[in-house]
Amino acid sequence: MAALDDVQVKEGVDQETVEAVQSVGGKYKYGFETDIEIEYAPKGLNEDIVRLISEKNNEPEWMLEWRLSAYRRWLQMEEPDWAMVDYPEIDFQDQYYYARPKSMAEKPKSLDEVDPKLLETYAKLGIPLKEQALLAGVEAPEGDRRVAVDAVFDSVSVGTTFKDELAKAGVIFCSISEAIQDHPELVKKYLGSVVPQSDNYYATLNSAVFSDGSFVYIPEGTKCPMELSTYFRINAENTGQFERTLIIADKGAYVSYLEGCTAPQRDIAQLHAAVVELVLLEDAEIKYSTVQNWFPGDEEGKGGIYNFVTKRADCRGDRSKVMWTQVETGSAVTWKYPSCILRGDDSQGEFYSIAIANNMQQADTGTKMIHLGKNTKSRIVSKGISAGKAQNTYRGLVSMHPKAQNGRNYTQCDSLLIGDKCGAHTVPYIEVKNNSARVEHEATTSKVDDEQLFYCRQRGMDEEEAVALVVNGFCKDVLQALPMEFAMEAQALVAISLEGSVG
Amino acid sequence: MLEIKNLHVGLEEEDKQILKGVNLTVETGKVHAIMGPNGSGKSTLSYVLSGKDGYEVTDGTAELEGTDILDMEPEERAAAGLFLAFQYPVEIPGVGNMTFLRTAVNAQRKARGEEELSAAEFLKVVREKAKSLKIDADMLKRPVNVGFSGGEKKRNEILQMAMLEPKMCILDETDSGLDVDAMKLVAEGVNALRDAGRSFLVITHYQRLLDHIKPDVVHIMADGKIVKTGGPELALEVENNGYADILAEVA
Ligand SMILES: Nc1ncnc2c1ncn2[C@@H]1O[C@H](COP(=O)(O)OP(=O)(O)O)[C@@H](O)[C@H]1O
Ligand SMILES: [Mg+2]
Repeated sequence: MAALDDVQVKEGVDQETVEAVQSVGGKYKYGFETDIEIEYAPKGLNEDIVRLISEKNNEPEWMLEWRLSAYRRWLQMEEPDWAMVDYPEIDFQDQYYYARPKSMAEKPKSLDEVDPKLLETYAKLGIPLKEQALLAGVEAPEGDRRVAVDAVFDSVSVGTTFKDELAKAGVIFCSISEAIQDHPELVKKYLGSVVPQSDNYYATLNSAVFSDGSFVYIPEGTKCPMELSTYFRINAENTGQFERTLIIADKGAYVSYLEGCTAPQRDIAQLHAAVVELVLLEDAEIKYSTVQNWFPGDEEGKGGIYNFVTKRADCRGDRSKVMWTQVETGSAVTWKYPSCILRGDDSQGEFYSIAIANNMQQADTGTKMIHLGKNTKSRIVSKGISAGKAQNTYRGLVSMHPKAQNGRNYTQCDSLLIGDKCGAHTVPYIEVKNNSARVEHEATTSKVDDEQLFYCRQRGMDEEEAVALVVNGFCKDVLQALPMEFAMEAQALVAISLEGSVG
Repeated sequence: MLEIKNLHVGLEEEDKQILKGVNLTVETGKVHAIMGPNGSGKSTLSYVLSGKDGYEVTDGTAELEGTDILDMEPEERAAAGLFLAFQYPVEIPGVGNMTFLRTAVNAQRKARGEEELSAAEFLKVVREKAKSLKIDADMLKRPVNVGFSGGEKKRNEILQMAMLEPKMCILDETDSGLDVDAMKLVAEGVNALRDAGRSFLVITHYQRLLDHIKPDVVHIMADGKIVKTGGPELALEVENNGYADILAEVA
């Protein structure tokens, strides 16, 4: 990671972090050594590819078997089509499942070769120029063989830099492939226990071919001494991305986990099918925040990420509490419903979401709150913003099972329209099988008002700034639920993703 | 400062003329008042000058310090120093008053090539100015104009004006809906900003605001035109006799 030597350090990242990142640079999972390796993983999916992925990760036999059984199930399944999204059929045999980025020769060699729009975006996010180069996927000069073009170093650094401190607290934070080798008992016990292999088409595919992801274990009675974060980045072309995240909060444990996602622009749509599993034992609490900024495709809908994600939390223990907060601004197609299974008595689930769809983006997202235990509570606050010709659908399920005595749900679902060519749809499903349970649902739809925009502009803001301000106001309830540093980033993202939506 | 010549304005959506040849010059450092019956086109004039959509200028010009402003975007006019205190200030849910103010101040500074104010500097200035307008910390935190009383909204407009330090201030019925005390506060706020380099165009229905903000010149507007111009005594005449006499006189 020599190229990091002179990288301007982002505010709040200390020298120790940078050094730690530099030292682990060579291990970075996505940076496979040579062009030859691509020959081991031709396009398409079959048992050999599954074996190859497992072998590349040095996995034990049981893990390979687990993958293979998922693969065999997947072959029997059909792609779902109930969501309000419309995209060209995905040819699953036309994807790479294990690949390094396209040959280096075709990668941008310097900032000059990078799409200026992309650089502008990074600049607006406050990322210094040297880091922009990393993020934009610029290859380092010969001899400087550095891998982590995706500046995913935030996750590596936290996991590495603070490894001692985390270990002292008994916290395990590592990649899932490391966990498979170093903590097989935990992985065996919990992997697939929240999102079973056969859960849905994309989750099953993920179970067969997942390449990497994060693993977190917080032991009993431990409050994780710092926030954990992972920055995911889709880098390779024509390559499906399948991360797997598993977080276990043991009895009385607490952790706040941040997930950031970015992807460079590509003309060809890319598939992303991640699975996130959260396990909460008694009195445990997990806050899981996501700022998702995958490339949304261009103004005409070309390219972008097809994002099919299964995220689920299982509040197994009594009084456990989970909070999902997400800001979704990217992806061409989003299919995502972070869910809470409120199994333990008095357990609580919260879902705060901002979903922005601009241009030709399509988002079908929401949550499921499954109340199984007594006195379980859930709260849903969803803010959907549509601009351009985008379609934004909220799809939510609140289910009170027969034993969910005194279950409570409150859902607030607000849609904001910018312009008159976009759409907002709300599809709530409510099932109540216990008479003492209460479910409340409120929904509003509003338009960005010309009077508001004129008022802001008369005070000196340009039109885009004005829209961003009004929209950030609309999203405030959710932005407040985010950790500070993410809230800032999210606000900036709201502004960027709505560019060109007016006028 | 502001020079309006033969301004004709109609609605974009329907065939209706509202301003029918307005001529008006506001000199630098002066306070002009416009009075006139409801529907005479006073608000329309203020909107057209500040660049609101929906109006079509069919003839005439408007210049700010010698620059034609009618083709400029609203934010460009704002950065050039034009400010409108709205007759009906707009609510922006979820956006803190302070955030709004800081975004506005920095947007204008940026447009003029000046450095942005730091959070600390900004806070200091805003607290000072808010205090003299009896705007408390709570009101600065609340979302812009949401749930504000009529008086609070108008005081908030003056606070924005004080923060933005415009050259040309247009106040559209800033006195309407205010009780005597609130009106005094607003007038004091305006008077504190009076300056040799700053001009005001005060639109009002009533003489009473002009007791507190002493105008240099008073215009009467009727049916889309300035029909009479005079000194402060003209406002008193309206107060005592209404518009009927003046309108009859010029008809
Ligand atoms: N956007 C609009 N649509 C329709 N009529 C309008 C619009 N704006 C102004 N008018 C009309 O133009 C005339 C002048 O209005 P306005 O400028 O608000 O007057 P004033 O402020 O003097 O009371 C009124 O007859 C009003 O109804
Ligand atoms: Mg009016």
